[in-house]
Amino acid sequence: MFRRLSRLPIALLVTLLASTPLQAADPALRLATTTSTANSGLMDFLLPRFTAVTGFEVHLIAVGTGKALRLGREGDVDAVLVHARQAEDKFVADGYGVDRADVMYNDFIIVGPESDPAGVASSNSVAEVFRNIHASKHPFISRGDDSGTHKRELILWQSAAKNPGGSWYREVGQGMGKTLQIANEVDGYTITDRGTWLAYQSKLDIKLLYADDPPLFNPYGIIAVNPARHTDVNYKGASKLIQWMISPEAQKMIGEFKIRGQQLFVPSAVSGN
Amino acid sequence: MDILLASCAEAFRLLFSGDPEIWEIIAISFRVSSLAILCAVPPALVIAFSLAYGNFFGRRLLILLFNTFLSVPAVVIGLTLFIVLSRQGPLGDFKLLFTQTAMGLGQFLLCLPILVCMVHVALQAADRAAWETARTLGASRVRAFFTVLFEIRFGLMAALLAGYGRIISEVGASMMLGGNIAHYTRNIPTAIALETSKGAFAEGIALGIVLLFLALMVNALLQYVQGKGSINP
Repeated sequence: MFRRLSRLPIALLVTLLASTPLQAADPALRLATTTSTANSGLMDFLLPRFTAVTGFEVHLIAVGTGKALRLGREGDVDAVLVHARQAEDKFVADGYGVDRADVMYNDFIIVGPESDPAGVASSNSVAEVFRNIHASKHPFISRGDDSGTHKRELILWQSAAKNPGGSWYREVGQGMGKTLQIANEVDGYTITDRGTWLAYQSKLDIKLLYADDPPLFNPYGIIAVNPARHTDVNYKGASKLIQWMISPEAQKMIGEFKIRGQQLFVPSAVSGN
Repeated sequence: MDILLASCAEAFRLLFSGDPEIWEIIAISFRVSSLAILCAVPPALVIAFSLAYGNFFGRRLLILLFNTFLSVPAVVIGLTLFIVLSRQGPLGDFKLLFTQTAMGLGQFLLCLPILVCMVHVALQAADRAAWETARTLGASRVRAFFTVLFEIRFGLMAALLAGYGRIISEVGASMMLGGNIAHYTRNIPTAIALETSKGAFAEGIALGIVLLFLALMVNALLQYVQGKGSINP
């Protein structure tokens, strides 16, 4: 019986192996990006067009900005599309990336309980928002995961000249969606990108309290991994992608992309405007 | 409550609407996990037999180690392999990170200890006489090996199901090693994680129901093949 049965796994194995796409025949380009661009559906909207125009297939890996840059540094991806200007400049200055280009921006917003005990909605500046939250000691949920949003939050605390800490300041180390849910459960404040907020809004009781202020703008940059440092990265594909992302066609598509009728990203490439 | 009902409806719509995307995700899940467990079975059998019948130095230590590996978090396997497979790691030249092969390797390592431990236990519980009788009757070692395997077939089946159950539903290592790339390394668990992070809870639970439904089918099939599965004739 086992003699007969033993042929089955082998036959299965061969079938499975035969149906596995071969790596070599795959000119795929690896792009590490942030969850905010991938989960909003923007990249699903843009990339098929890029593939149609250039023939390059893109493998999209959605992680936080910190991890995306790390993947680029190690040569595990060919390009990164991230939002953390200071970290991006350092990435290029340290020789890990080349050909950085501005692509677009979206914005961060401050959300929190409708009762707004810290008076966020009536603040006159982002710095005041953060000072008010600090003074009220009302729970504030921080991503605490080294993501672009977390990095921005820390910069905003700095610009408010406040050092967050204490039991009201909770670092959860989770993605944006989970962080919003936690903020909702404890009726606390948090900072979020608008895309994730739009996706989650209908499930939450907390409200948008503060937005549309330039310090909350969130620029995205695309960077190719330096081929001088990692000789076998797909630099050709990465260059093509950068050129296309700042082309008038892609820039127009970015501006047209909507979630629930709301525009999410504003194109900002120099050649696109 | 609404969300659960909506999810069930969505699950059946996904399964039966012939949506190619969902079937692609299911195919990737089953392809990678099946391949991983098929590769893990031969070494697991050899190790389990050695542990049960062998008499060598460090045998008890090995048993202890394999039992300990049962509780290794999938994320730790993922992270370790990630470091090894990364371009800067020792196996970086193979460019395996973010491929199905990397996912398969992670799942292979995850199910190996389960297979070893459960087969080992089954062998311990089985009558050693089967091996000896077969050998006395002139059977070769290979023949005797299959005789014993047949004796412990129910234990073997349980080991396979437990191992498969662990890897088909595992998300941490697959996410880290595969990267959740659409049409390539997105399997059911990572797709669930993605839907959850998008706030699409109904789709997430629906995918979970899809996974359970398919597991039910596989189990029913195995139970049918296995016969009644009771000790009484």
